[in-house]
Amino acid sequence: MTDLVNLTIADALDLLNKKEISSVDLTKAHIAEMEKGRVLNAFITETPDLALEQAKASDEKRANGSTLGALEGIPIANKDLYCTKGVRTTAASKILSNFVPPYESTVSQKLKDAGTVMLGKLNTDQFAMGGSTLTSYFGVTKNPWNLDLVPGGSSGGSAAAVSAGLCMGATGSDTGGSIRQPASFCGVTGIKPTYGRCSRYGIVAFASSLDQAGPMARTVKDCALMLGAMAGADDKDSTVADMPVPDYTQALTGDIKGKKIGIPKEYRLDGLNEDVQRIWDKGIQLLKDAGAEIVDISLPHTKYALPVYYIVACAEASSNLSRYDGVRYTTRVDGNSLDEMYENTRTDGFGDEVVRRILLGTFVLSAGFYDAYYTRAQRVRRLIYNDFVDAFKQVDAILVPAAPTPALSAEDMKNMKPVDVYAGDVFTTPASLAGVPGLSLPIGLSQNGLPIGLQVIGKHFDENTVFQVADVLEKMANFDKTPHRVKG
Amino acid sequence: MYTIEGKTGKWELVIGLEVHCEILSKSKVFSGASAAFGGEQNTQVSFIDAAFPGMLPKVNEYCIEQCVKTGMGLNAQINKYSRFDRKNYFYADLPQGYQISQLYHPIVGEGFIEVTTADGTRKIGVERLHLEQDAGKSIHDMHPSKTLIDLNRSGVGLMEIVSKPDMHSPEEAGEYLRQLRAIVRALGTCDGNMDEGSMRCDVNISVRPVGETGLRARAEVKNVNSVRFVMHAIEVEANRQIEIYENGGTIKQETRLYDSENGETRSMRTKENANDYRYFPDPDLLPVVLTDEYIENIRKNLPELPEVKKKRYIEQLGLPEYDAGILTADNETSAYFEAAAKGHDAKKVANWVMGDLFAYLNKECLPITKSPISSENLGALVGLIEDNTISGKIAKDVFVFMIETGKTPAEIVEEKGLKQTTDTGAIEAIIDEVLAANPDKVAEIKAGKDKLKGWFVGQIMKASQGKVNPAMANELLNKKLQ
Amino acid sequence: MALNQETIKNLSTLSRLRLPQDREEKILSDLQSILDWVEQLKEVNIDGVEPLVSITQGNAPMRKDEVTDGGLQKELMMNAPEEIQGFYVVPKVVK
Repeated sequence: MTDLVNLTIADALDLLNKKEISSVDLTKAHIAEMEKGRVLNAFITETPDLALEQAKASDEKRANGSTLGALEGIPIANKDLYCTKGVRTTAASKILSNFVPPYESTVSQKLKDAGTVMLGKLNTDQFAMGGSTLTSYFGVTKNPWNLDLVPGGSSGGSAAAVSAGLCMGATGSDTGGSIRQPASFCGVTGIKPTYGRCSRYGIVAFASSLDQAGPMARTVKDCALMLGAMAGADDKDSTVADMPVPDYTQALTGDIKGKKIGIPKEYRLDGLNEDVQRIWDKGIQLLKDAGAEIVDISLPHTKYALPVYYIVACAEASSNLSRYDGVRYTTRVDGNSLDEMYENTRTDGFGDEVVRRILLGTFVLSAGFYDAYYTRAQRVRRLIYNDFVDAFKQVDAILVPAAPTPALSAEDMKNMKPVDVYAGDVFTTPASLAGVPGLSLPIGLSQNGLPIGLQVIGKHFDENTVFQVADVLEKMANFDKTPHRVKG
Repeated sequence: MYTIEGKTGKWELVIGLEVHCEILSKSKVFSGASAAFGGEQNTQVSFIDAAFPGMLPKVNEYCIEQCVKTGMGLNAQINKYSRFDRKNYFYADLPQGYQISQLYHPIVGEGFIEVTTADGTRKIGVERLHLEQDAGKSIHDMHPSKTLIDLNRSGVGLMEIVSKPDMHSPEEAGEYLRQLRAIVRALGTCDGNMDEGSMRCDVNISVRPVGETGLRARAEVKNVNSVRFVMHAIEVEANRQIEIYENGGTIKQETRLYDSENGETRSMRTKENANDYRYFPDPDLLPVVLTDEYIENIRKNLPELPEVKKKRYIEQLGLPEYDAGILTADNETSAYFEAAAKGHDAKKVANWVMGDLFAYLNKECLPITKSPISSENLGALVGLIEDNTISGKIAKDVFVFMIETGKTPAEIVEEKGLKQTTDTGAIEAIIDEVLAANPDKVAEIKAGKDKLKGWFVGQIMKASQGKVNPAMANELLNKKLQ
Repeated sequence: MALNQETIKNLSTLSRLRLPQDREEKILSDLQSILDWVEQLKEVNIDGVEPLVSITQGNAPMRKDEVTDGGLQKELMMNAPEEIQGFYVVPKVVK
């Protein structure tokens, strides 16, 4: 019998449609795997009963010839930032540790409507603030490739679960690299679509002008299938694009002859990790071999992306996180006055990194500093945006690394200074600030046998080209996509 | 010019008003929950209004339209580009921890309101009108140790209208507020009810010696909830400041609370730096961009503004300014008046509305929309006087019967036989009777005491129970006495 | 920009966070190093550059003025740490 937990989504759909397997079988196999994989701490909340119920309903739909969703019967899991009706949603924080949303996020609802089965809620950095899951109130997730290493983050639970085969695909969210960097650390594929491609409604907000939902899976095609189900207009989100969603799988033509691929010189950092440089060079060579034209380009304001990102993201976060105040749905630590209750609740409920970012965000917005920091950052953000717009007049896509290093050790990271930790987002924040889509896919291994991903960046709303280029790269790189199982 | 006489000389007042008007819309400005008054606690609240995780605002187009309309009523610049900003602060009834408002790009810019006081008519500058969301309600008196929170008002659309520091007397501020209320009522954008809190006023006051031109530190007096209180708060706050200055003290910029019971303002204890609101553009919302066509379309369909209506009453209906002002104070009164005055003498109708009708309505605490006498019937009553069917005196009685029975004046006159006598023979008979009964007085008149004629007319009216037309009685009496 | 204890105190008051003494030092030095690091933005020429507020182009989409939401008292209270008869509850606020 087929090894149900090694299938890609595309293959599983094929077998489901041929009635060779059932969603219940597929779901049961993944529930067993989820249980075996608990050592990874990828899930904050497991929902096996709900999953089996959904799988049964899905099988019934198939049996009686009802209209099927695009992902009918596929077991997935959601980052614990997506509000799921009746299922606890914590944002990996203490303050929301008891929160059971009475509503469903638009994207997770769309995935439900597409027929997916939800296995549970995945770990993340607290309020998505971090690149390791070390800031999670529920403990760090372990990297399936080496349990001493972090899976990256913030969508580290998603990356680890997909990599280890605990679920077939997962939702992630990306503010400054939170899909692309963990995808690289865990050897999976993930895309941050164009800002405005997916609705943010019902996703716990970190930085509203940057947050984007996106899928993580083991192949480019699986990501294309998932994004097709997740994207699209939504009446409830004023910033989402009112544009039709193409069938992204149609973009996977396997042919990129004549496509112009930009290689920005500013990403060639002094002292860049040798493994990363080697993999990047390999990716460039593969694209050349596939008939693409490699073009040297410049994105002159790249080096400013990190500080701009931290100013903008923290400013928005400081305001977005004000609603967690002990009154309506959070934990509460009482006090003798209203302000004392606020302070007790928030001091107890937020972790160190969240506190640091709220304070930084409060500072850059405060009287006397607003123009010098916040407005200046927004202006430089415009320049970074313009860099990409200009570059895309010359090229169809851009190829850069997804992260400056392979996965780091949890112990090492705990002792790093914030600024050094933030430097891990150096290759992902520019596309976040410009709002352009970026897909991270594994290309090869480091000398120590750790996966390293590259990032394909495209024009606004041109996910098609991103998928098309990534698909060719994936086929040529021939990275082994068999799940990286944890020995039970 | 209004001044306050201090120990050291004359002081001048500088006043600006910030008025919050709740928009009359069905739903809230950023959510689909009801914006209606009342309702059981927390039943008119969406997850957006309660700031649940991941909730996002979406602009109510009707609220935008009401701001534009009101802006036109304020003779103001309508900004084709406006945007929302977050004003960040913590409070129990502010679930988001920020209020969505418009600091950097308000929807309405500079305008003015024409205000008439004893000193004449002046244009008071309006700085801006911006759209924002209301907070919920904190209820402090339902529990001994807790404050309860009802979010039904959370997210209701508010227009904040900020005046320039252009006013210099309590009267001027009071009149500005009355005019503003008349404007929003006429436009139907806000009900203007200060006692229900749908219109609220913060007053900025500073004083300076007459002759000084710069602005001194001001006090912001919060939430003064009637025109009368606004005027009184200005007076007491100005006197407080003058006294401090004259005793060598200084005024610091601060927020104060008006206490209407004790007739004083009190400092609100606020934490230092608590007012750093850290405004920044709300990343959840896009700019509001209005087209010329949209703006002109609203302008075309704008109802008549009180100021314009007032001018029309004066110029076309010939009413005195005072009457015109009162009758145009709100849409209901002017609608009643215009319906009643149709085809009748406007001044006569105005007298009836402002006299007997208002007296009755005030006594019974009834709004004009609940008047037991319809506008048509009041018009008809004036009509009966105009065509000499009844005298003005009889009309007063008919008015009372109309209130009691709701019948038309014609029905009442018919039923009670109150029709004025115009039969010359019958009137002459009454006159003869009266003359015959008072030969001595007749003699006096003939001796030249003309004044007694009035007394005779009175007697004639009395004998006819008011049914004789006084003009005819006068004319016939003169003939008899010749 | 050099931060001091007072600035940190002010920021924590504004954001309703209380920093224990031992954490305050660490936070101060962390924030200071982040601020030093973002100083590099000062070298960018931003003359005449419009701040970028949102990636999404165009005007705010609008809702019709219809009542489509509400009647959720039970759902609103489901997660509340304290409730009295459908009200949220906070420590007494003295006006």
